[in-house]
Order: sequence, then structure tokens, then C-alpha cells
Amino acid sequence: MKVILDSKQIGQVLRDLAGNIVSDTPSDLDIAVIGIRSRGEILAQRLSSQLSRELGKDVPCGTLDITLYRDDLNSPKGADQPQVRTTEIGFDVDDKVIILVDDVLHTGRSARAAMDALIDLGRPRAIKLAVLVDRVGREVPIQADYAGYKANAAPDKLVQVNLVESDGIDQVVIE
Amino acid sequence: MAVVKKSKEFKWHRKHLLGLRELSAEEITYILDTARGFEQVSTRSVKKAPPLRGRVVVNLFFEDSTRTRNSFSLAANRLSADIIEFTKKDSSVSKGETLLDTAKNLEAMGIDIVVIRHSAGGAPRFLSRNINACVVNAGDGFNEHPTQGLLDVYTIRKIKGTLEGLKIAIVGDIAHSRVARSDMWAMTKLGAEVIFVGPPTLMPTEVGRLPVKVSYSLDDVIEKVDVINMLRIQFERLGGNPFPSIREYSHYFGLTVERMKRAKSDILVMHPGPINRGLEMESEVANGRNSVILEQVTNGLAVRMAVLFLVNQAAAQSE
Repeated sequence: MKVILDSKQIGQVLRDLAGNIVSDTPSDLDIAVIGIRSRGEILAQRLSSQLSRELGKDVPCGTLDITLYRDDLNSPKGADQPQVRTTEIGFDVDDKVIILVDDVLHTGRSARAAMDALIDLGRPRAIKLAVLVDRVGREVPIQADYAGYKANAAPDKLVQVNLVESDGIDQVVIE
Repeated sequence: MAVVKKSKEFKWHRKHLLGLRELSAEEITYILDTARGFEQVSTRSVKKAPPLRGRVVVNLFFEDSTRTRNSFSLAANRLSADIIEFTKKDSSVSKGETLLDTAKNLEAMGIDIVVIRHSAGGAPRFLSRNINACVVNAGDGFNEHPTQGLLDVYTIRKIKGTLEGLKIAIVGDIAHSRVARSDMWAMTKLGAEVIFVGPPTLMPTEVGRLPVKVSYSLDDVIEKVDVINMLRIQFERLGGNPFPSIREYSHYFGLTVERMKRAKSDILVMHPGPINRGLEMESEVANGRNSVILEQVTNGLAVRMAVLFLVNQAAAQSE
């Protein structure tokens, strides 16, 4: 097990992501943050707090459950059975710049599912993808707009993001 | 916002939903939790999600229904399945085709899920043993109506938080009610106490072996219960003279404004529909602030989406 990001570094990555998002987004546009269940949900909450501080206004935050949009639902190989959970987005996504947040970008399949799910909720002005860890191994043509740490982990390794809210500690490890 | 950790132990494995009697409390809870995720599909901009894309659902209804059949159709549509509507009167059943032949022929066209309503108790189970498609019971004889039972407990849980410790009266024609039986299984498994209320002539003969209390007087229980589910008097099923007159039935077992004054202020008033207004329930009660009758219908859609999704998942993973 190797720690690739510790608590302090995760905090710094989120501040950097927020800074880059603010400098890229014209000030007349409304930003909202949406996290992909379940680790993306926590990161999205932290990122929206950071953005709210930097912009001096409330940046709304929501949670997206992508289970219904997964591409392996009808495949017999999908050994793990995903549980459908709720999508909780208490604001209108129309015309907002949506920052879609996930913990790890790997195959890109979750981000594809999340975009389809999001577009069924309305028509955002733009969708940007922000991830804590950008891992090699893409299977669909999707790239992150904002990536914290680039990990070149071998396919048999597990990149695990642990967060205080769900795991009691902030760290990213490769196992 | 609380983050719930995914429980790794539980896995849904049933490709048929035949009744609630055979389900564990954990399985029932899993369906209810899953249904929560489907509620928002019906409230957003695009009221459709893709998980059953390319799957075919058949509504195989040998008895009349508007609510349940439409609810299953809409549920299947919202999951992007293709749907075939089959009703008895405009089919080869009227030419003498058997249930199994009808189902086998539909299966030969490549269907994936059969939603069946039939006047014979056990018809869904018989079908599930003889075809490969998933089978969902939409009401069989006096046996079960599992999705109604699920939507009833879903509605109660959503408002009351839990069924644990609640007292629930199910009132009326229990003997001919598959809803009463499915409700009883689901409610008692989730920790509620169920009281069947009605005249002795409308109690099932096996009631002594069921996990319920029995009362022949609505006035005796009205003050005690947290939920009251008023069943429809099913004139089409009543033989003989189970009660002297409609007026007398109404007098003793109808949910009137007067009786409601003695009930708990937060009592939930339920009805599986369609209502005989003025008979088992006065209109003011059906439309009143304690009534959750239309919420039941709305929740039924989410529950049926969850059921179709789960049986399809179990089938996909057993391939």
C-alpha cells in the first residue's frame, strides 16, 4: 500500500481545483457542483464550500446517482449488484455551468453515465469534469477538465480514495 | 448529508415477484429503498431512464384493472422497456387458448418480463415454473397483490418513518381481498401489528392461523390505530348475502366523518382504489387531510419501477 495523497495534499488539490474553476469561468455565469455517488458526493460538498468562499456567493451542490445509466446493468458479468440510490439535486441545472465531481477518473464509463443522467435533468450551459485522481486506463473518449493527481497505476492495482466523512481518514492509496 | 455505506452482504436474487409471504423483511426493505431512487424519475425534465432498454414487458391481464395495469405500463415505459398490452377480451383466450399456451406464444416472440393478473390464486407461480421470463404478480385470485402491499408499506414508511410498533387496521371484505393478505405479510414482517376488521361473514376461514388480530367492530379499534386501510366492497366477487344491506354495512364499517373525530389526529387513511364513495368511506374522508390515497397511487409507480428493475437485474445476472 502506497499513500499517494495525504490529508494536507487532498486539501491543497481541492483549493487548486477551485482556483482553476474560478479563473476559467466567466463571472456572469452561475456555477453549481454535482457529485457522483458516493465518494464524489463528499468531494463535491467540499468543493462547493471552497468555491462559495472564493466567489463570495453560495454555490449550490447536489448528488447524482448513476446506477440507472450504467452500461453493465444487463451484462451477466456485472458481479456486483449496484443498489439504486437517490439523486438529490435541489436546484435547476438549466443554463448553469455544472462541475461534475468524482473521486477517480479511470475507464471514463461513470463519467459517461453521469453526463447522460445529468442531461435528463435539463440543459446545463456547460458540463465540466473535476476529479481528485486521474488514473490511466480510459475505455471511452472522456478526459477531465480539472484533475488533481495523475496516477499511472497498473491495471491490477486498486486506487482507493478514503475520506473522513465515509472512512474516518483523508488519504488516497494505491494497493 | 449522511453518507450511507454500501452493504456488500445483501444481493437481490429473485427473478420473480410472486408474493410477499415468501420475502424476508430485508428483501422487502431492499425493494422500498430501491424505490426511493425511482421517485425522482417521474418529477424531472425527462421522465425516463434507460435501465430496461431493449427489454420487453408483457402486461398479461386476465381480469379488469385500470390503476394497476396503467401503473405497470407507465413504470415499464419510464424504464425504457417495450411493452405489450394483453387483455383477455381481445385475445385468443376468448377462443379457448390456455394460460400456458398464451404465455409460451408470447415468450416465443422474445419477451423478458410477464406482469400477470389472474382470477386463479397461484397462476403467477404456475407460470414462473413453466416459462423462462421473469414473472411479476399483479394480483392472483384471493391470494396476493404484492406490489399493492409494497406501495402501501412504502407510503406508510415515507410518512411515519418506520412500521415498527404501528397499529394498522385493515377494514372490510378481508375474505375476498388479496390486498389484505399482501398488506398483512409486508406490514407484520416490518414490525407492525395488523388488525383485520369486518363482519364475520367477510373474514377468511383461515384467519385464526394468520399473524393478525381480528375485530368485528370498527368502533372498538378506531381510536387505537395509526393507519387505517379501507378495502373496497367487491360486489363482483360477493356471493350470497354477506351483510343485510349496504346501508347497514356502511353504518358499522364505513369510515365516516363522525368516526374520524375519534381517530388519532395523525392517522393515515388508505384505500387501494377504486373507492365506492359513501359506502366504505365518506367522500369528505377520502378527500380529507388524513387521506393518502393519491400518494399511494404516485408511490405505486416508483415501487413498480423498482420491482421491474430488480427482477430484470436478477435475471441478467443468472444468465
